[in-house]
Amino acid sequence: MKEQGIALRLWKDRVASLVIFALALIPLIPLFLILFQLFSKGASSLSLHFLTSLPRPPGEAGGGVVNAILGSILLVAMASILAVPTGVLAGIYLSEFYDRLLPNMVRTAADLLQGTPSIVIGIMACAWVVRPLHHFSALAGSAALAIIMLPVIVRTTEEVLVLVPKEIREGALALGVPRWRMILQVVLPTGLVGVATGILLSMARVAGETAPLLFTAFGNPFLSWKPTEPIDALPLVIFNYATSPYADWWRQAWAASLVLILLVLFLNTTARLAARKMGGR
Amino acid sequence: MKEAPMEEILKTQDLKAYFEELEILKGINLSIPKNRVTAIMGPSGCGKTTLLRCFNRMHEETPGAHTKGKIFLEGKDILSMNPILVRKMVGMVFQKPNPFPTMSIYENVLAGYRLNGIKLRKEEAQGIVEESLKKAVLWDEVKDFLHRRGTFLSGGQQQRLCIARALAVNPKLLLMDEPTSALDPKATRRVEELVTELKEAVTIVIVTHNTSQAGRVADYTAFLYLGELIEFGPTEELFTAPKDPRTEEYLTGKFG
Repeated sequence: MKEQGIALRLWKDRVASLVIFALALIPLIPLFLILFQLFSKGASSLSLHFLTSLPRPPGEAGGGVVNAILGSILLVAMASILAVPTGVLAGIYLSEFYDRLLPNMVRTAADLLQGTPSIVIGIMACAWVVRPLHHFSALAGSAALAIIMLPVIVRTTEEVLVLVPKEIREGALALGVPRWRMILQVVLPTGLVGVATGILLSMARVAGETAPLLFTAFGNPFLSWKPTEPIDALPLVIFNYATSPYADWWRQAWAASLVLILLVLFLNTTARLAARKMGGR
Repeated sequence: MKEAPMEEILKTQDLKAYFEELEILKGINLSIPKNRVTAIMGPSGCGKTTLLRCFNRMHEETPGAHTKGKIFLEGKDILSMNPILVRKMVGMVFQKPNPFPTMSIYENVLAGYRLNGIKLRKEEAQGIVEESLKKAVLWDEVKDFLHRRGTFLSGGQQQRLCIARALAVNPKLLLMDEPTSALDPKATRRVEELVTELKEAVTIVIVTHNTSQAGRVADYTAFLYLGELIEFGPTEELFTAPKDPRTEEYLTGKFG
């Protein structure tokens, strides 16, 4: 009787484990479906020619997205120049002065900003940058992306630095080290890998943003390095090609999607590897 | 051990310490003798760590903490000085070993210089590292991998590294806040031996809730209870003939 009871419980345990395992696999399904579809539809159009050529007019075979790849890189780089120093400094501030009024306001503001729809941020960048300059520009696109990156960087920097043990801070202060040097030379280096991870993740996030670029960076079928000129980006190309009436452009939209997701996966994986390195220390 | 009247290095005058409204120290008058080891002992919550942290102004780093009274270090009131200057003269070793995780052993020893923007010539720096690690009896164990991270060392080695780091800047006074509470018995013994050796060079104040540790390492002992200094004197006298009944009760294990 007792023996049987245990056997039943063990059986239930096995069933429950199996169910949980099966359910845990479900989140993987969409990711693999997406990757499978992108590879099957996009890989055939993906070539060195596609990665290194400018777009060609509809009806003309071939053409590529080099302008969009370089444009995306430039947009994310300029956005990082704007958002990284500001975000890291604000994160340091929040982690050092956590319990006062202003830090609490900054923290709440960052959280609200993080929840703001990206199209609204795009509209604001349009009003603040595009209208005064009278035309679309890479700068406006970067400004929009920077606003999206900022709260992510602020909060991850804060969270990472708060985890730096009190003993480490006091160890530095007890040596007669001024507070600003303690923060810059002891606390920040201790949390540096975590901060870098947050920055990479925020870059991965904005690399795929489309809505805020529609009326800021706008798109540009030619190579452009000028911050004050419109610029193309991978998400914009995907949007424009996929909504076009040309079958050739649809294929290119698939290929561009594949390039974009590989770029994002690369940033994400780098960030995770960096985080693991920190965890192992 | 009878000796001539002691030369004092640090003296507190009606020292009171607070967290918010709570009075942790209720008017401490204490003189710390120079080149001796002084233990501050007492039960948990008696204020012994707070007292120690007043000596290098670390107490006030905690939000809501403040102090009243006077603390004289070689005659100068440190409570009216810039805390940074105080901490350059008064070193501290903490409960948990806290080498800087991003720095090598070498850099950790020099942290007191480098983090204060003091540039050293290479030979000078090497000299300081070797001398400090020798003082902390760690040199022989680490001399072959000075440029590895300090966090790879054992707990006891890390604590001696922290002692070397504090000694490297030649403090007048070395504060130790239960420096062996995170260490195993063997590592504890090494740190205790080190403490007795170091008093030739530097005055040491050590906080402990372990009476036998006070007995082993300290020349003088202060007994603190509920924020008051109950008794202070040469360790032998205090342990063999305590004047206050509370000291005797604590020593015989009736509380604490």
